[in-house]
Amino acid sequence: MKHRSFFNRRLHSLLGVIPVGFFVVEHLITNYEATKGVNAYVEQVEWIWGLPFLPVLEIFFIFLPLLYHGVYGLYIAFTAKNNLSNFSTFRNIMFMLQRATGVITLIFVSVHVWQTRLKVALYDYDAHALTGLTANLLSDPVTQVWYIIGVLAATFHFANGMWSFLVSWGITVGPRAQRISSYVWAVVFVLVSYIGIRAIFAFGEIANQLAQR
Amino acid sequence: MSDQTVTATEKRTVRFIIMRQDSPESEPYEEEFELEYRPNMTVNSSLMEIQRNPVNTKGEKVSPVCWEANCLEEVCGACSMVINGTPRQACSTLIDGLEQPIRIQPMNTFPVMRDMVVDRSRMFDALKRVKAWVPIDGTHDLGAGPRMPEVDRQWRYELSKCMTCGVCLQACPNVNDRSNFMGPFIVGQVDLFNSHPTGSMNKHERTDALLEEGGLQECGNSQNCVQACPKGIPLTTTIARMNREGTKHMFRKWLSR
Repeated sequence: MKHRSFFNRRLHSLLGVIPVGFFVVEHLITNYEATKGVNAYVEQVEWIWGLPFLPVLEIFFIFLPLLYHGVYGLYIAFTAKNNLSNFSTFRNIMFMLQRATGVITLIFVSVHVWQTRLKVALYDYDAHALTGLTANLLSDPVTQVWYIIGVLAATFHFANGMWSFLVSWGITVGPRAQRISSYVWAVVFVLVSYIGIRAIFAFGEIANQLAQR
Repeated sequence: MSDQTVTATEKRTVRFIIMRQDSPESEPYEEEFELEYRPNMTVNSSLMEIQRNPVNTKGEKVSPVCWEANCLEEVCGACSMVINGTPRQACSTLIDGLEQPIRIQPMNTFPVMRDMVVDRSRMFDALKRVKAWVPIDGTHDLGAGPRMPEVDRQWRYELSKCMTCGVCLQACPNVNDRSNFMGPFIVGQVDLFNSHPTGSMNKHERTDALLEEGGLQECGNSQNCVQACPKGIPLTTTIARMNREGTKHMFRKWLSR
């Protein structure tokens, strides 16, 4: 097929937004509930677990798109030959960071899925046990730093990826549109990162509360 | 003391570190040359001087440095090379604007034939692949073509400045031996002929070819091309325009058959 790489590349771009990008934002907002305490978070988790067809949603709207985006993304990252020493322009730095954060995010997400999703499935945890597990995990300062790096990589990759998505689908065409898009997604990066990092610290606090009980 | 006597007494010199390669298969090596400074000298005029007197800084007589040049006014693209890390034309690069020592290398994203001479035929193959022309030859008179709107003419004029020099391919991180990307320039050429009133009659063919292996989708938006292009061609704008065209083309093809 003569247009296979075009199709693969556009699919990679689309899946990065719907559903992967959407899921990242939704996931971080859900975690933000942890700032309101253990009960609010448990309630939120139970609401999500109560969604109909949850395994179908998880496999077809999260796992498979994420797997495709991650694996094809690795291929894209390793076909580039970065040349920052000769071209140290803003967009070329973003180009390099998009690939670097993509690789970091893929590693982080793999570890994270094992630590907080597969273990839950394996040991059949309830929402309280999941909260305890996550809080316990994030009470360790090294894990906390690792999670902050992971969240920042993911949110950067999401925000800058949205900028590229708008170019790759021919939505932001001119230089002015692309510049304004840069500002908009920079703001989104800061906001989503704030939400994500607040949640990480909130789990640290939950760990303290649980320890005092 | 006049200006002339100052240069005569101080004997300012210009030092070059040139990446040389004797044949396509041989290993590249560096060679240094030193020339007497003259006002308004360019990289091209310096290479001409080395050609006249090919003696390196060690005092050895060596084979003269090979490079290609034609127009000497930055419209043919032949003398493109990497000067202090930046791919550009030797003819329009003034020595006064460069930091010394001046490092000169071939555009190694292309196969190096000898010294600065590279084989850019992949660019011409790409032009053939996307049918970057207006097919008007036939057995009978087709009559006058349609008129072109002024806004289209202005846009096409910018795109028409492309001289196939290869600088955008050298600058692009996605043009390398691991990728089959035809290069940023090809997108502008498809846009150029698609936006021609007569050329637009075959625009589906060009768009289709542009989305084949090694086409438009290989762009990673590093936007180095638009920074590097010596003719100031709005390459990233034409890429985004063709992305839009590609989106439409894709859906049109899927849903119309």
